[in-house]
Amino acid sequence: MNGALLLRVRGLSKRFGANEVLREIDLDVRGAERIAILGASGSGKSTLLRCLNFMELPTGGVIELDGKALGRERRPSERVYRESELTQVRQRVGMVFQQFNLFPHMTAIGNVMEGLRTVRRMPAAEARRRADKELARVGLADKASQYPAHLSGGQRQRVAIARALAMDPELLLFDEPTSALDPELVGEVLTVIRALAEEGRTMLLVTHELGFAYHFATRVIFLAEGRILEAGTPDAILKHPSEERTRAFIASHRQFTF
Amino acid sequence: MGHHWDFASVLANSDALLVGAAGTLRIFAICLVLGLGLGLPVGLARYARAKWAYLPATAFVEFFRNTPVLVQILWFYFALPILLPFETSPLAAASLGISLNSAAFSAEIYRGGIQSIEPGQWDGARALGMSFSQAMRRIILPQAIKRMLPALTNRAIEIFKMSTLASTVAYVELLQQGKLIASLNFNPIEAYTTVAAIFFAFLWPLVQATYLLERRMRRDE
Repeated sequence: MNGALLLRVRGLSKRFGANEVLREIDLDVRGAERIAILGASGSGKSTLLRCLNFMELPTGGVIELDGKALGRERRPSERVYRESELTQVRQRVGMVFQQFNLFPHMTAIGNVMEGLRTVRRMPAAEARRRADKELARVGLADKASQYPAHLSGGQRQRVAIARALAMDPELLLFDEPTSALDPELVGEVLTVIRALAEEGRTMLLVTHELGFAYHFATRVIFLAEGRILEAGTPDAILKHPSEERTRAFIASHRQFTF
Repeated sequence: MGHHWDFASVLANSDALLVGAAGTLRIFAICLVLGLGLGLPVGLARYARAKWAYLPATAFVEFFRNTPVLVQILWFYFALPILLPFETSPLAAASLGISLNSAAFSAEIYRGGIQSIEPGQWDGARALGMSFSQAMRRIILPQAIKRMLPALTNRAIEIFKMSTLASTVAYVELLQQGKLIASLNFNPIEAYTTVAAIFFAFLWPLVQATYLLERRMRRDE
């Protein structure tokens, strides 16, 4: 699927009451693309990510996955979505959260097996083999029987990544995956994400780690007040931003570089 | 005030008390299962956003929480048979009253327990493609039930004590048998003291279990 159009977003808007969080976002995501989404807090970047797997329902615009528009139009510019369609989409679009959201009543391997067992209805032995493989991939084969409470933040986030990977997502969404971590634990999570990049996975990443975004992304998007202010290669956006607000944002994130 | 305590006349009726104890345990078991069991769907409906689920569940909870159980039992025993073409037995009337009342209270426990689970748990479940009911059954309820256990054991204790209200419609349970013994032997002090002691013997271990649960909950947090 290298290079094929996977996700096509047109006019995506989201409002919470009177508060317009996303305004007319257009975005194309092709296979094997890695897009870093930057922006100040409140710029709408997490909401954008959450709309792409319908954790939040868009209030306007169309999202197409593999050429198929999701939901159906009820009135011009208003779409309705069936829950069964959205659960299908979420199986294809995986998500990793800032707060991990692991299930505390299940072991690490239980967390990774859960989607396979409950959603895919995979037999236990097969699901266990698959989950073992995913835990090994994130370097946690030896922690399979640990409960999340006994894992470090970095280990928890790696289990969460394994949990998302087990579902074979075509697109992976990372919502500030290292923001809740102590600085010394950020590296192990970024190493896992970098390895996924080398496999050619299609990923969208909301992050404040500009250095990582620079090396990770094939494209960088800068959001401000719910709009895409500018987009381009990491070099163009991070080193030669054309918008004043992008420059200010990058400067404020680099002030302690030495 | 020099009462001469004499439990011989109570002991002579121990088989009647045994029958009463069996009656108490029977209605307790019925009301425990029905009360806590019915509470779950009602509590889930109270949590639902759909009006057709939320409104009737709320009406149910408000009605049964704001009317006395005793009135409900008497209503099911004396009023319901006039409206419907069948008799209600003392057991049926008392079970209905206590169960529906307990369902209303336990529904609020379930609802509160479900609401206490962090929204991130829903996110984690939904992001895997789980439906609402899968997320509820696999992720939310197992965690919520644990948090609800102390409150639910308290409810069980209340149900046990409420079972004495069944004596008002002459259902044969401990208090009813105590009344009978007291009136036949003119020994209300010994008869009711014995009934209270038996209840204490049943409930004390249950209450200790609740304390234990609450301590363990605090430790886990």
